[in-house]
Amino acid sequence: MTSQKNCIKPIKKVLIANRGEIACRIIRTLRKLDIDSVALYSDADKTAQHVKLADEAVYIGASPAAESYLCAEKIISAAKRTGANAIHPGYGFLSENSNFAKTCEENDIIFIGPPTSAIDAMGSKAAAKDIMEKAEVPLVPGYHEEDQSDERLLAEASKIGYPVLLKAALGGGGKGMRLVESADEFQENLDSCKREAIASFGDDFMLIEKYITEPRHVEIQVFCDQLGNGVYLFERDCSIQRRHQKVIEEAPAPGLSDDLRKQMGDTAVRAAKSINYVGAGTFEFLMDKDGSFYFMEMNTRLQVEHPVTEKITGQDLVEWQIRAAEGHPLPCSQEDLSFNGHAIEVRIYAETPENEFLPSTGKIQYLRTPEENEHVRIDSGVIQGDEVSVYYDPMIAKLIVWDKTRSGAIHRMDKALKEFCVTGVNTNIEFLRNINTNNDFVNAKLSTHFIEHHNESLLALTKSIDNKHYIYAALYQHLSESSNTNNRNLSLDQQSPWTTVNGWSLNATPNRVFRFNTDSTNCLDNEAEDDSSNIEKNIAVTLTFESNTIIASCGDSSIQCEAYLKDDELTVITGHAQRLYVSQFDKKITLFIDGKAYHLSTYSAEFSAEGDDDNGQLTAPMNGRIVDVFVSAGESVELDQPLAILEAMKMEHTIRAPNAGTISEVFYAPGDLIDDGAPLLAFEAPNEKG
Amino acid sequence: MPQIKSKANPNSEAFHCNVEAMQSLVSHLQETVATIAKGGGERSQQRHLARGKLLPRDRVKQLLDPGSPFLELCQLAAHEVYGEDVPAAGVICGIGRVSGQECMIVANDATVKGGSYYPLSVKKHLRAQTIAEENNLPCIYLVDSGGANLPRQDDVFPDKEHFGRIFFNQANMSAKNIPQIAVVMGSCTAGGAYVPAMADESIIVKQQGTIFLAGPPLVKAATGEVVSAEDLGGAEVHCKISGVSDYMAENDEHALQLARNCISRLNRKKHLDFDVTETVPPAYPVEDVYGVVPSDLKTPYDVREVIARTVDGSEFDEFKALYGTTLICGFARIHGYPVGIVANNGILFAESAQKGAHFIELCAQRKIPLVFLQNITGFMVGQKYEAGGIAKHGAKMVTAVATAKVPKFTIIIGGSFGAGNYGMCGRAYDPRFMFMWPNARISVMGGEQAAGVLAQIKKDNMARTGDSWTEKEEADFKQPVIDTYDKQGHPYYASARLWDDGVIDPAQTRNVLGLAISASLNQPIEETRFGLFRM
Repeated sequence: MTSQKNCIKPIKKVLIANRGEIACRIIRTLRKLDIDSVALYSDADKTAQHVKLADEAVYIGASPAAESYLCAEKIISAAKRTGANAIHPGYGFLSENSNFAKTCEENDIIFIGPPTSAIDAMGSKAAAKDIMEKAEVPLVPGYHEEDQSDERLLAEASKIGYPVLLKAALGGGGKGMRLVESADEFQENLDSCKREAIASFGDDFMLIEKYITEPRHVEIQVFCDQLGNGVYLFERDCSIQRRHQKVIEEAPAPGLSDDLRKQMGDTAVRAAKSINYVGAGTFEFLMDKDGSFYFMEMNTRLQVEHPVTEKITGQDLVEWQIRAAEGHPLPCSQEDLSFNGHAIEVRIYAETPENEFLPSTGKIQYLRTPEENEHVRIDSGVIQGDEVSVYYDPMIAKLIVWDKTRSGAIHRMDKALKEFCVTGVNTNIEFLRNINTNNDFVNAKLSTHFIEHHNESLLALTKSIDNKHYIYAALYQHLSESSNTNNRNLSLDQQSPWTTVNGWSLNATPNRVFRFNTDSTNCLDNEAEDDSSNIEKNIAVTLTFESNTIIASCGDSSIQCEAYLKDDELTVITGHAQRLYVSQFDKKITLFIDGKAYHLSTYSAEFSAEGDDDNGQLTAPMNGRIVDVFVSAGESVELDQPLAILEAMKMEHTIRAPNAGTISEVFYAPGDLIDDGAPLLAFEAPNEKG
Repeated sequence: MPQIKSKANPNSEAFHCNVEAMQSLVSHLQETVATIAKGGGERSQQRHLARGKLLPRDRVKQLLDPGSPFLELCQLAAHEVYGEDVPAAGVICGIGRVSGQECMIVANDATVKGGSYYPLSVKKHLRAQTIAEENNLPCIYLVDSGGANLPRQDDVFPDKEHFGRIFFNQANMSAKNIPQIAVVMGSCTAGGAYVPAMADESIIVKQQGTIFLAGPPLVKAATGEVVSAEDLGGAEVHCKISGVSDYMAENDEHALQLARNCISRLNRKKHLDFDVTETVPPAYPVEDVYGVVPSDLKTPYDVREVIARTVDGSEFDEFKALYGTTLICGFARIHGYPVGIVANNGILFAESAQKGAHFIELCAQRKIPLVFLQNITGFMVGQKYEAGGIAKHGAKMVTAVATAKVPKFTIIIGGSFGAGNYGMCGRAYDPRFMFMWPNARISVMGGEQAAGVLAQIKKDNMARTGDSWTEKEEADFKQPVIDTYDKQGHPYYASARLWDDGVIDPAQTRNVLGLAISASLNQPIEETRFGLFRM
């Protein structure tokens, strides 16, 4: 670097143009550095944790990100108003938006990130590849030339070596893409791929790329200062992905040799320097089995998975970012950097793995997290009682563990996941545990296809609810009622024996019966399949209270036990002591046993008020927004006819007619936001008997 | 407070024998009660269920707050009385917690003779109402009854304490703002129709409940009109047209939920002007009470052993411990409630009677509930004692017991004979609740004594005519008397006739008392004005 301008611009106050866990994460470092923090919030985030944690918070608009977190103007004016002289963009939102970076610069606000030019350079994938090629960064071998003759394409494919990937230049979303295993299949695939490209994009310009069969995703964390220095903070392996979304990240990459690590690191630093990069950046590479690696893209921001790097290097990357933005030289040289042990991060999401990982929005009614210590770190932006809204990424937390060895870290992760309990929204916790304990994962047989390959076993969320679970739920209910006498008695006679709840009766052993529904979502009770509606759909647990022990029986199971409840921790002692966590909201009881969540619901007879049947209403399956309504009041509909579309987290749900009948009223219009369980339409079945 | 130090040795031979004897009595009691709880038997229960109705005991359970205690009263009513089985006299009565309030529940059992009222059913229903009235407990009637048992109408209908008294009580309790809630879950015919009609609020189950003064057969006989029960007095008629009922329920569960709703909005609160402390269990296990009570009523034992297994922390502050030692008096707590305990420890002498009267005065003055543990053969007899005024001293105690207005609770834990029964607050002295242990006996005197007295009179007559009888003849004369006394003095015999409120497992005494005392405190304690004490 020639222009060594070593003028330090101290950062006094940082506005965080982000939300959720990353905003909280940044604020923590700011606090450590004694820098004031300004948070932003939208309507949906009024009471969010990042708002509570920051020194100041500014309202910037409606809940949709386009009206708040993506509004550069509002953000700049908030920074000016609060006197923030720097903006940290976090990840996502405006973090890789060069216009925003430029606007910051124009307004004399430090953008904590790379220079505009670097963002621009890496923003376009094609342009980025050209730059990388010049910097001698290996690229996936391919053919991108103008000559589109069949012969030339075939020749290029053979030159690259099979298997190859045929891609329409304008393609996307899997369309206009073909995997070709050998030369014999080439022509046939080319023809069909072109046809599809024409049909879908009106253009059949074809690219050919080498197809790497079982690639790993290995990325290098680089860091540069304004003085032209650059270092790498080693690598992360993010091979465990689902539809290109990282699920588990770890550092260092298992099995990577020191030589290869140095080679990749040096390559990345060289590439970064070639674009005059400043701050934190990540070079993502595809790695083949033989250790050859190919550039995919560069992320010009702090990555979601940066904590694993922090755990093994002992560095605070946000602190590095701030120091670099102020104009300080890097805190250490490459020689000073080393790593220690192994770190793994999982992203805990509010989603339903059983249902195509559909986002699960709503209130986090119960949240119990493992204890944080030198081995366990939790980066989270929510606490119990917060809402997972439809507007933003439904991530609940990042759980990061560290240990001396990879197997140690895997063991720690398993334990931590067992202690991570959530209700109110569904989560991917069991799915993550299944990955973490999968043999191939344990043996570091990693590839970006890992989840596809093991899909079945990973999604085998074995949760048949058996009698034992009903017994635990009954014990919980009994003990929580026993310890909560106050709200039962309307009198001042609080210690009255009438407030006891063990079903005392004269000349008999006290006992109580608890009833649960058998139709809980994860109860795959085959016997119940063929029954008709007049068979009672509930299961009974009888607790009989002898002097010190409880005899609990359910179906053909019976245990004699002692049971204790301390807050939400239930201990049931039979031959050995089983400890579990329990949450209850209204009728829903969730048992967390060894990291598995069992959902049960208490049974109570339902009464429709004065002959009113409520099955004439169609209710929203989740929180979301009405995209379209296809019917209007008075219209007759057929069975399964689509009535409306509901969008939640960019996934669309079609609401269909449960029967043939007539729509008597429509309660919402497109664009309306609705809550889980809200009636959408009133529906009348024909010839209903009075 | 001083704690009773038990002298019983749980490892002793005697203790084991006692446990065994009492255990067998309790087991028999539990089995008997369990059989009674089956109501009219399997077939009639199935018929009842087939109509979509809940069994009466399940109705009671669903009406109660989940896990609430249920202090059932007079479980043995009509037991072996009528020469046919009428379990629980066809009506289940008891106290339980409904929407946080202690309520009296009276539930007809239609599986028992169609829920019809035998004389003892009426007596039991009235007893439940009396308890409700004395203790200010809201009443919930789960009605499912064909009305009076016609063949026995002479013992059911005409007298003061017969069927009509039920409605008299409803009206008068309502007047005292003791809520009366009726849930019509089956027939409610003739006189029975007044139960919902006289109730403050009434609920009726669709297609199940009917209310009419005369059922379809009687209507047809009287006027020739042919009408179905539902059209004559079903839920639709009474909720939409006649206004006899206020709420219409879909089914039993719904009706019970509606009844719970009624109770939840009574705007009543139990006020305690009372020194209540935290509940502490006795220092000795309550079950050990089996071991401290000798299997033979004639064997004397220290009643403090029973008290030690009944009261909080086994703490007992004895009053006049050195005086009139055959009557134990003292202060204690049961489930945190202060009580005065009066317990027999032998025959009553003049001193013990005076001490008892004094102690009852103390408790009445301080509004401390009284618990009587009855095990009494009577007052001392003989020239010396008559001359010493045993009658007037006994009268003092009887006067004190009779007029004390604090809630009184009597448990017959052994013998209840003669005037001792009066002094120790027998049935005639209006204890709020009265229970018997299964080993207890009740009669004007012991069978042996009665036979002896009768034999002596006969012997005196013989002596006058110069006759005599052999020892064998005398024994043959005495035996039937002894047998009759034994049979009639048995707690089942007594309880079947509602001379008490139930036979209880001794190990449950503490809980029964706790529940009963707590229930009684719904009624503020009145000032006592004693009668004249003969000095």
